[in-house]
Amino acid sequence: MSSIHIKLKEKDCQDIKEICESFNNDPGELINVLHKTQEHFGYLPAEIQEVIAGYLNVSVAKVYGVVTFYSFFTMTPKGQFPISICTGTACYVRGAEKVLEEIKKELNVNVGETTPDGKFSLSCLRCVGACGLAPVVMVGEKTYGRVAPEDVKKILEDFK
Amino acid sequence: MTLINIKINGKELQVEEGTTVLQAAKKVGIEIPTLCYMNLHDLGINHNPGGCRICVVEVEGRRNLAPSCVTKVWEGMEVKTHTMRVLNARKTVMELILSDHPFECLTCAKNGTCDLQKLAQDLGVREIHYQGEQSTYKEDNSPAIIRDMDKCIMCRRCETMCNEVQTCGVLSGINRGFEAVVAPAFEQDLVQSPCTFCGQCVAVCPTGALTEQDHTNKVIRALADPSKTVIVQTAPAVRVALGEEFGMEPGTIVTGKMVAALRRLGFDKVFDTDFAADLTIMEEGTELLGRLSKFLKGDKDVKLPILTSCCPGWVNFFEHQFPEMKDIPSTAKSPQQMFGAIAKTYMAEKMNVKREDLVVVSVMPCLAKKYESQREEFAVNGNPDVDFSISTRELAHLIKQSIGDIKELPDEDFDNLMGQSTGAAVIFGNTGGVIEAACRTAYEVYTEKKLEKVEFEQLRGFEGVRSAEVDFDGLKLNIGIAHGLGNARKLLESIKKGESHFHAIEIMACPGGCIGGGGQPLHHGNIEILKARAAALYKEDEGKEIRKSHENPEIIQLYKEFLGQPMSEKAHHLLHTEYFDKKKKIYIEK
Repeated sequence: MSSIHIKLKEKDCQDIKEICESFNNDPGELINVLHKTQEHFGYLPAEIQEVIAGYLNVSVAKVYGVVTFYSFFTMTPKGQFPISICTGTACYVRGAEKVLEEIKKELNVNVGETTPDGKFSLSCLRCVGACGLAPVVMVGEKTYGRVAPEDVKKILEDFK
Repeated sequence: MTLINIKINGKELQVEEGTTVLQAAKKVGIEIPTLCYMNLHDLGINHNPGGCRICVVEVEGRRNLAPSCVTKVWEGMEVKTHTMRVLNARKTVMELILSDHPFECLTCAKNGTCDLQKLAQDLGVREIHYQGEQSTYKEDNSPAIIRDMDKCIMCRRCETMCNEVQTCGVLSGINRGFEAVVAPAFEQDLVQSPCTFCGQCVAVCPTGALTEQDHTNKVIRALADPSKTVIVQTAPAVRVALGEEFGMEPGTIVTGKMVAALRRLGFDKVFDTDFAADLTIMEEGTELLGRLSKFLKGDKDVKLPILTSCCPGWVNFFEHQFPEMKDIPSTAKSPQQMFGAIAKTYMAEKMNVKREDLVVVSVMPCLAKKYESQREEFAVNGNPDVDFSISTRELAHLIKQSIGDIKELPDEDFDNLMGQSTGAAVIFGNTGGVIEAACRTAYEVYTEKKLEKVEFEQLRGFEGVRSAEVDFDGLKLNIGIAHGLGNARKLLESIKKGESHFHAIEIMACPGGCIGGGGQPLHHGNIEILKARAAALYKEDEGKEIRKSHENPEIIQLYKEFLGQPMSEKAHHLLHTEYFDKKKKIYIEK
């Protein structure tokens, strides 16, 4: 049985190493390391998880366990404009589900996926703390409140 | 130690501070049912995630029910262990667990030995009020272990064994909610992970989620094939545990009955892995003395300590975790593979059978042996030296299926030529046994004096990492012993840092050695069972006429007729192997 090779650029490895070192390679800081790394790379592919596991001296199974437990972490690259739709209680009762369906239809992607042109990715989150504006949709840095399904097309136009 | 006054079901008692309600209840004779909880405290393992909620009790003044496995006692605490509310809650919890569990009990490999099944029965669950979707996962079929995670109840005992006891880091809880499951990284199969196939996860799994790859049907088919000659070898630890599967006391020695059963099952010859264990000592012991004498002469290139290599779980471990040290372990094959190599050459010739018509079956206390027997390097033109490796549990199934029981069988002897063994071989099944056996032979070869007392008591025991000094007539040998891979890791780290002062180290992957192997009758964490098995092996050794491997007449004959000398070219070719670097590599693009 031969070894499995993991391909990463030298610069990427150096960046991960520095992030881990900034947390003293402390296994207890795994979540913070993952946060920083995702902030840097945009996502956490298997290769990166392997490298982090090596520096923090934890099993890669554990790293993967944490990555799959928290919905914030993603193993697929996010789009240029990540769309997050709140499906927390307030947004949900005010029709977030219908808005979500509309976005899915409009972009032809499912939750957790990215459009083939790399422009949009779609994810759900639970409560952004703006329940007065429910339902809330975030596209990139921009926040939209009281969104109705018929607004979706217009919102997406802003980014095309 | 502070004592705490509590009341359990109205009965007053004093317990030490820090005691859990579960432990306290045991003191007044009440066994609170548990499921995820696992207590292997003699091995330093305590697994109480408090996850399943089966062990709940009522605590006076507390609004909700308390999980007794994680709730510590406090002064004046009043506990009720089986009120109506408690019994209903336990039943509800059980029903909820069962609502996401396949109803395949009658055809499940764990039927009859399943903790979940027993608990459902104990709790009197007769109906499941909750119905809905059931989670489904792909089945993972490795050469040794089958993962059928549809049956997983997330007790996470396997995770504790894999990560804390064995430090292999293969299994982890992944995903959340309905999709939550225990799996290797990236949900890959076990063969793609650093799994050692030690089977300790299987040994503690309360359900049929983790089971061994069952080869009993292949063995039955081979036995029924008139064109095949089928021979069997049995590992030392099997004979002191098989009886448990037939309701006998732990530690009952059933060597003779086991041989009789195997003969009745239709094996053409019933041989003993112990014979091959004696052969291992000849090769490994010679290698040890060779390296040692070079070292003593001041040869700087010689690698010490020498590490034993009979345990395939351990071999897998260092290939994955410490590949940079792969030239330190002895190159001697394990007894199972030595047996296979000799059977398919020397024995095939003696029996006048062609290699491809000879089927070698091994009965092992081990699941890693299944993987080992399928390693490419242990085959000639695709024909493996050992065709099928079955566990002690599988042998019990085979016997129950075909001849029923072993209790009434007479004691019979192994067949000749590969059936005779010494006391040194039988103790291979215990932690410390291999190195003790090696010392018995190495002492006499090195000093050219007779060893008066063959027992090396200082090498025995249950402590995870042990060290002892053995006196070879003035030459002091430092011996290290570790059982459990987490303990092995400690020794390896110290070698890596150059802090190790040992000349030789014995390592066994499973706690207790092979007697606690992943293929043994389930001991449910009861260390007394392991101790009884260990004592039985030492008793078997004491009862042997010959107790040193190099005095085994069949071994002497084998070298005379076939191999020549230990470490001869032929011995090297048949009885030694090499190890591979299996660590995942990080390949960096410039």
